Amino acid sequence: MTAALDAVAWACLVAGALLSLSAGVALLRFPDLLSRMHAATKPQVLGLLLVLIGCALRLRELVDITTLLLVLVFQMATAPVAAHMVGRAAYRAGQCRNDLLVTDELRRSGSAPVAGLRSSQSDGAGASETGRRG
Amino acid sequence: MRARAVAAAGLTVIWMLLWGSFTPLTLVGGAVIAVIVLAVFPLPVVTHTGGVHPLGVLRFAGRFAVDLVVSSVQVAVLAFRFGHIPRSAIIAVPLRAPSDLGLTLTAEALSLVPGSLVVEVDRSLGVLYVHVLGVPDAAAADRYRRSVLDLEDRLIRAFGRPA
Amino acid sequence: MTTAVAVVITALLAAGATLALIRVVRGPSVLDRIVATDVLLAIVVVAIATEAAFTRDATALPVLVVLSILGFVGSVSVARFSGRSR
Repeated sequence: MTAALDAVAWACLVAGALLSLSAGVALLRFPDLLSRMHAATKPQVLGLLLVLIGCALRLRELVDITTLLLVLVFQMATAPVAAHMVGRAAYRAGQCRNDLLVTDELRRSGSAPVAGLRSSQSDGAGASETGRRG
Repeated sequence: MRARAVAAAGLTVIWMLLWGSFTPLTLVGGAVIAVIVLAVFPLPVVTHTGGVHPLGVLRFAGRFAVDLVVSSVQVAVLAFRFGHIPRSAIIAVPLRAPSDLGLTLTAEALSLVPGSLVVEVDRSLGVLYVHVLGVPDAAAADRYRRSVLDLEDRLIRAFGRPA
Repeated sequence: MTTAVAVVITALLAAGATLALIRVVRGPSVLDRIVATDVLLAIVVVAIATEAAFTRDATALPVLVVLSILGFVGSVSVARFSGRSR
């Protein structure tokens, strides 16, 4: 029974480590910032989930499992917010390679602040714009 | 009022998890801290009509876990396909029943799954602009838009909206 | 058996962390660096949790709680700052 639990734990840990490696490869290989951000999501959600499961299977103490649960809750609650903030800043800064996009319905809709347009604005207008959205 | 009670209960649970012990002392301490925190930093009012449907939540959670694993593997495979540069798309998804809560939950669920990222939100129109990795053509983009709407549908079934 | 698994995981994590570090150094923009730093932080969290799993020693677990919040604060503040200064 213990051996089986350990085997499952090790499988989870190895899978988590593999996801971390693939995130590193993707960070280096993907062409633009928005694509790379997808790679960053992976070890932060599924990789972390697998590793925490593996860790919980090895520790088997209620106190430790509650701590691990807390790590998971914090990460799952904060990762999308951080990703959205960085992604929005990246798009507005023009960090997205248009030649690789199949469609860009945000630019077509016309509601997007375009990078070139933003830089011509005064500093005050930019700040108030950020404040309105936040 | 009910929303604030739920928030206070959540904060109390986090406090007990932080201590790692479930005794009356941590329960009372957590409740006191939660009330103070909510009094000092009041939450904005979220209109939440309807309730939580356990069966819907289960269905959503199960499908979410499957999506998480499948798209993690997909993105990992893309990372290891050397010499192939993945194309992506920014897709506008007008939600069927836009509300602040629905918009937030859909965006959170989308962002947690690798391969999709919410770039911009139009709150007044209820439109999410999603950056999707690995979209070869316009047909795939349309398929993806439908899958986001399905996700919204599952969320509505889980967390309630008047029928 | 245990040692072999530990060696494999260490090698995978070290390779992933090295690649992320290369992206931190190469940039080119602040946002690229913050995304790469986020991945690096996630790998550190994975490494600490793995260490706790192998030694069956829970001493380092509170560090994980702190790290899981730290990454969020860093990313959000940098994204906000870089959006404003442009």
